[in-house]
Amino acid sequence: MEQLSGGEALIRALHDEGVEFLFGYPGGAVLHIYDALFQQDKVEHILVRHEQAATHAADGYARATGKPGVVLVTSGPGATNAITGIATAYMDSIPMVVISGQVESRMIGSDAFQETDMVGVSRPIVKHSFMVQSAADIPAVVKKAFHIASTGRPGPVVIDVPKDATDPKLKIDYEYPQDIKLRSYQVPSKGHSGQIKKAVEVLLGAKRPMIYTGGGVIQGEGCEELTQLTRTLGYPITNTLMGLGAYPSTDKQFLGMLGMHGTYEANMAMHHCDVLLAVGARFDDRVTNSDTSKFCPDATILHVDIDPAAISKTVTADVPIVGPVQSVLREMLDQLDKSDQSVDDQALKAWWKQIDQWREKKCLAVAPAEGGIIKPQQAVQALYELSEGDAFISSDVGQHQMFAAQHYGFDKPRRWINSGGLGTMGFGFPAAMGVQLAFPDALSVCVTGEGSFMMNQQEFATCMQYGLPIKIVCLNNEALGMVKQWQDMQYGGRHSHSTYSESLPDFIKLAEAYGHVGVRIERADELHSKMKEALAMKDKLVFIDVLVDPTEHVYPMAIKGGAMKDMVLSKTERT
Amino acid sequence: MRHIISVLLENEPGALSRVVGLFSQRNYNIDSLTVAPTEDQSLSRLTVTTSGDDARIEQITKHLNKLVDVVKLVDLTEGAHIERELMLIKVKASGAQRAEIARTVDIFRGQIVDLTATVFTIQLTGAGEKLDAFIAALGESVVLEVARTGVSGIARGDKTLAL
Repeated sequence: MEQLSGGEALIRALHDEGVEFLFGYPGGAVLHIYDALFQQDKVEHILVRHEQAATHAADGYARATGKPGVVLVTSGPGATNAITGIATAYMDSIPMVVISGQVESRMIGSDAFQETDMVGVSRPIVKHSFMVQSAADIPAVVKKAFHIASTGRPGPVVIDVPKDATDPKLKIDYEYPQDIKLRSYQVPSKGHSGQIKKAVEVLLGAKRPMIYTGGGVIQGEGCEELTQLTRTLGYPITNTLMGLGAYPSTDKQFLGMLGMHGTYEANMAMHHCDVLLAVGARFDDRVTNSDTSKFCPDATILHVDIDPAAISKTVTADVPIVGPVQSVLREMLDQLDKSDQSVDDQALKAWWKQIDQWREKKCLAVAPAEGGIIKPQQAVQALYELSEGDAFISSDVGQHQMFAAQHYGFDKPRRWINSGGLGTMGFGFPAAMGVQLAFPDALSVCVTGEGSFMMNQQEFATCMQYGLPIKIVCLNNEALGMVKQWQDMQYGGRHSHSTYSESLPDFIKLAEAYGHVGVRIERADELHSKMKEALAMKDKLVFIDVLVDPTEHVYPMAIKGGAMKDMVLSKTERT
Repeated sequence: MRHIISVLLENEPGALSRVVGLFSQRNYNIDSLTVAPTEDQSLSRLTVTTSGDDARIEQITKHLNKLVDVVKLVDLTEGAHIERELMLIKVKASGAQRAEIARTVDIFRGQIVDLTATVFTIQLTGAGEKLDAFIAALGESVVLEVARTGVSGIARGDKTLAL
């Protein structure tokens, strides 16, 4: 058997687990591990410029590939800087393994230099965590961590490694376990057939059906089955912010995103449906609006999720089905095939007629502004056209995120990379790095705002070091747009600390300072041509600073405390 | 409604803090908590009493089950069960009081396990309500110190919580 130190065993275990990239930042407690990294070439380490960016980059990689993202940080501030990224992954159920250094075992609890109780600090935002006791534990702990992170409802797992466990002088017999058994961790392999049968009966009996799906369908690799089921039934479908791309947005059965900034037709169809099939979605407050008693008042709710705790958490399910979405959807298709019952065509026709009327509202239509001012929606539409709807789009949080979600039509899963649950500004740019590393030839675009971008702009340096030709489309409205929108709508237009136009950097010069290219687009008539030029620079990172209408709001917008049918549709119109 | 949930937990460092953390994180309340190793060295048994409507209790048990360190659990209040709590209580006992307190201890089937010229230390076992009733019977003015273990419980009949 091979003799390896704890540090070497850790890196070898990552390789044996199939890890390609390790996003990290060195420091005292992980120096043994970094030395082991230096002496091998199987796992590629990406040196970020801030640990938060390491977690977001690993997260972007995980969302785009479906494989766990892996992070290595040092103890103390290295570990705490990773917390926001771990919480982001936790809220969106993203598989991630975060290895944090820890002070030597004998020093733990002594308030040693760069000591933080990482297992304690991260406890509420991880799926599980491990504190390595000795070097000999490392292979099994790594195996368990990856298994837990990537199965069931995925999530981040922390491995805290005291420095002495990686001591190069202490060798262990290295063997990577093939299998791991955890008596207290079992993942359902299929749904309850009786429940599935019942759900299919209810679905077929529907007069006004609606399908609502979330990120779980993407995480659970159930998109093909979902598409097949939806087409077989001929029912309308909506995706959550996290679920965009699970069903092709260009398909006529797709009603757009639902929820706080969802389309009029999707939200109206939700409110008026009589049967709701929810798959891999968690009835989040940005979907249901704050008062769940007004949610889908007439609907029988069928809920498929791998996490039993997600079922009947905020909205009670009439037919709960716990199981992996892929297998449950396949079984639904089978049962549908076998059933003597068929879809109520007449009722469905009337329902679609109603939906088409709602669609006529054209709630996402944008009137071009006068004087050459660029509407932010137009910038996203231009990006969609120029990239032929086939780019990986990461985003940050705020107005630009909603404009991207509404106006970039996602036809494939894993193309829309955004922080839906935690709403983390600063996520998009490092996430785009993870995407670009996973798919070096693909177009990786970060649609951002100048506020969010400035939260992790230091990653310009990482992109230069590794030659990552990301395209950053910054919808620059010289303000924290979503905050400002709320202040316009609910706080009498008092823009408390949401503007800073006099102190914004020259983003073109900033990009150039790091060796990248900057392009500024100021007028609507140059939007297409300049963006086209920018996207054509295939081997360069280009920061595209699009100066957009600062007065624009995101609509539709749910009315707080109302039902899903209650929306503000424009500055002057409400439902 | 009050529920008694018994949990078999991996006897690992940090396992208890995950359970306790879950309750505070999700705003569930803990009325009492006991934890000790079982006959199987790799497992601890934890018993928590909490309260809430059915939906809340369902969420509590589901979230507990999600914890990787939780091997198995049972809501004892769903069926017939035995519930016990141990109390050690120090009371002022001098003069004529001594005989009266000793009688009360007998009635409640407790034991005086230590004494001085002015103080009795009494041990009493039972359901929480019985312990409350005992304190009330003595009168708060004589109570010097109370140490209660919190509720422990087990199902009646053949039902077991074991691997």
